[in-house]
Amino acid sequence: MVVTTHRPLPKELSDIQQEMEQHALDYGLDFFKTIFEVLDYEELSMFAAYGGFPVRYPHWRFGAQYDELMKGYSYGLQKIYEMVINTDPCYAYLLSANDITDQKLVIAHVYGHCDFFKNNAWFSHTNRKMLDQMANHATRMNRHIDDYGYETVEMFIDTCLSLESLIDPYSPHVRRMQKTPTKEEAKKQSADENESSGRFPAKQYMDPYINPEEILEEEANEKRKKAQELADQMKFPKERLRDVLFFLIQYAPLEDWQRDVLSIIRDEAYYFAPQGQTKIMNEGWASFWHSTIMTRHGLTDEGLINYADHHSGTMATSPNRLNPYKLGIELLKDIEERWNKGQFGPEYENCSDMFKKENWNQDLGLGREKIFEVRRIHNDITFIDTFLTPEFCHKNQMFSFAYNDSNRTYEIQSREFEQIKQQLLNSLSNHGRPVIYVQDGNYKNRGELYLEHEYLGVELKLDYAQDTLVNLQAIWKRPVNIETVVDDRPTILSYDGKKHSTNSKEKE
Amino acid sequence: MVRRIDRDQQRFDKIIKGKVRQQLRKYINHGEMIGRKGRETVSIPVPNIEIPHFQHGEKGSGGVGQGEGDVGEAIGRGQDDGDGKGQAGNQQGQHIREVELSLDELADMLGEALELPRIEPKGDDALTSKKDRYTSISPTGPDSLRHFKRTYKRALKRMIATNNYDPIKPSIIPTKDDERFRSWKTVSEPHTNAAVIYMMDVSGSMTDVQKEIVRTESFWIDTWLKRQYDGIERRYIVHDAVAHEVDEDTFYRIRESGGTRISSAYRAANQIIQRDFPPSLWNIYCFQFSDGDNWGEDNTECIENLKQNIIPICNLFCYGQVRSPYGSGDFIKELRKIEEEWDNLILSEIDDKEAIYGSIKTFLGTGK
Repeated sequence: MVVTTHRPLPKELSDIQQEMEQHALDYGLDFFKTIFEVLDYEELSMFAAYGGFPVRYPHWRFGAQYDELMKGYSYGLQKIYEMVINTDPCYAYLLSANDITDQKLVIAHVYGHCDFFKNNAWFSHTNRKMLDQMANHATRMNRHIDDYGYETVEMFIDTCLSLESLIDPYSPHVRRMQKTPTKEEAKKQSADENESSGRFPAKQYMDPYINPEEILEEEANEKRKKAQELADQMKFPKERLRDVLFFLIQYAPLEDWQRDVLSIIRDEAYYFAPQGQTKIMNEGWASFWHSTIMTRHGLTDEGLINYADHHSGTMATSPNRLNPYKLGIELLKDIEERWNKGQFGPEYENCSDMFKKENWNQDLGLGREKIFEVRRIHNDITFIDTFLTPEFCHKNQMFSFAYNDSNRTYEIQSREFEQIKQQLLNSLSNHGRPVIYVQDGNYKNRGELYLEHEYLGVELKLDYAQDTLVNLQAIWKRPVNIETVVDDRPTILSYDGKKHSTNSKEKE
Repeated sequence: MVRRIDRDQQRFDKIIKGKVRQQLRKYINHGEMIGRKGRETVSIPVPNIEIPHFQHGEKGSGGVGQGEGDVGEAIGRGQDDGDGKGQAGNQQGQHIREVELSLDELADMLGEALELPRIEPKGDDALTSKKDRYTSISPTGPDSLRHFKRTYKRALKRMIATNNYDPIKPSIIPTKDDERFRSWKTVSEPHTNAAVIYMMDVSGSMTDVQKEIVRTESFWIDTWLKRQYDGIERRYIVHDAVAHEVDEDTFYRIRESGGTRISSAYRAANQIIQRDFPPSLWNIYCFQFSDGDNWGEDNTECIENLKQNIIPICNLFCYGQVRSPYGSGDFIKELRKIEEEWDNLILSEIDDKEAIYGSIKTFLGTGK
């Protein structure tokens, strides 16, 4: 079956596309071939509901998403202008109802994204043939549906989706798995263990000389250590493991089709993970380029108002939600300006004369080069960590807010740089989701699963956590536990397949 | 071709309607949650279906924003508050989704949930009504019904056949024989019609709360009966010491005060039946709601009237007694005395909103 319903762009648009592509290339952007398609809103919503892919496995949540997008659009609450997916070639979808200035802006924006997908390090491990992969997933899923029935499979998909965020987003970039010892090595090790108690036979009066006390003790210690090591090896996983889904696929008592469904969910979660890790940078980068290209080349007199309206709409800020487009573009502009003027390095940092600092200008002109480097190596966290400055926070009126438990409102907490930065990094880490590890797959030596929530100051939403435990138990079959913090006390939430229990940790 | 997304959407629709079905009891007891949308559809708010994840709660949560404001200034409310609309931070508030249902679907759900039997219409199938349908063609008729296209075609055919047709100057002149007219056929359709008469006590002791209960219950009864019959006529009577026939809107809004004479309502009901609904042709339903606080000496007349004139000709006579903080609620005791004699007399006491569900089941559970 043909995967896309590709229709050639109308002449008007393909001219714009070529023009914008040339501008993008002139500025040094580097992207895969980009194929544009024009869709009406229904089609665009459909693609958006499927995460940009024309063929996905059947599931109601796509329908729910579609329903929401269509209603939002028909009530005039929201509108999608464009969509682009990270594949090679890149596919980008334009809304047919866009005005011509919007199309220009959007096309320029898309080239920003395409360049980012191709060059940013965090995307380097994503499957660029995901279009095919997704279609394959759909085929596999459909086969399971044929074999086991729609509702059975759907129910299992729901269960898996409940756990889909339990992956290790950094794992594609590092080697976490320790090499397991080969059989021979293991054999040799155990042979060593069996060797004697260490005490040589000796007459009693000679014993202190032949078997000196301190040596024996040392040997005994060594043995104990080895035994401990062995025990550690028996424990599984040996080290706590962030990729809970991987652990489940490996060790949970699943049927083959269930294992396959779970690995499909996991694969797709890994594919989408970098987009969550680089939201600010990605949108900032694309916005930077649409504004650069449009204001220098693309704008016509009659399009000016429309462009300004659209651009400012995209950049709008609100007190309780940070706009990634705005933060991204402003920070990139700030970096470009600082590196152009040479406002970096120890000499600048250590300068205590505020006036001198403000007017610091060495005319280095390194800005453009620097932001290309930034887009290559950073993700949102390192981006903010490295480049957020007090001056920037002040200029952009940033503040941190916190939940006040006593009157159930969010309140402005601080305008201090350190606090803002800390709060921002916290809310970005793991894409705002709790970090959870598998601690033990044989907890209490009863085959129970023991997870650990790495508590960073924010507690879990309790009812959701319990519902999720139910789903986890459905996969693990034996009781499941998660260590977390409830009401400021370390607590273990458990579910044994019948009832929930909550125990404070000290009791254990 | 069915698109993938349509299939997924239909599936979602099914799931969310299943949700309504599951919680139908809640929706029945709280009729105010149901919004009217056009004549045949209603919309029902359903909490969004979510897949649970391990996620952060509000305690200790926060974020970064941009804009004016001093430290300590509130910028948004938490989620647990009120209806869940307020939201802030990096988490989305709980969405409420509006589900659109047709009244028929709703009635079916109701029937399923309450295990209501289908109503067997009284009377015979021979009960018919005659209707004229303009489906045939006749060679005679008035000019106003002339079928222009057919007439023209016949004329054209005739002229070509008789070689009078001139393509250069194609004028077609129909003669009397060419003319064709639309004509009607009288068809008789089997018909089951239902008339529903609602009676409500609006005396001083019936407060807004009681009326709300009546309103909710009437809505569900209406929905069910509509599903069971092709055409349904409704009449509304309100009474205190005297009875008036009113329209639907007034019925639900009116607020009167005064004493209570239930017999007046029965007289009015009787009149309406005599006037509009000959009992041999109609399935007649009476629903009466009151707090049961009748004038003592009126009771005898009421019972007499019911026994003589109303109950014998009704499919169902239902009396729902709503508990009111002011009323004595004695009237139902009088009715209980004759309950044995009539199996189409149904009594129900409605203590509060939560009792609506059971009351509907009592009323409609007979299948009459």
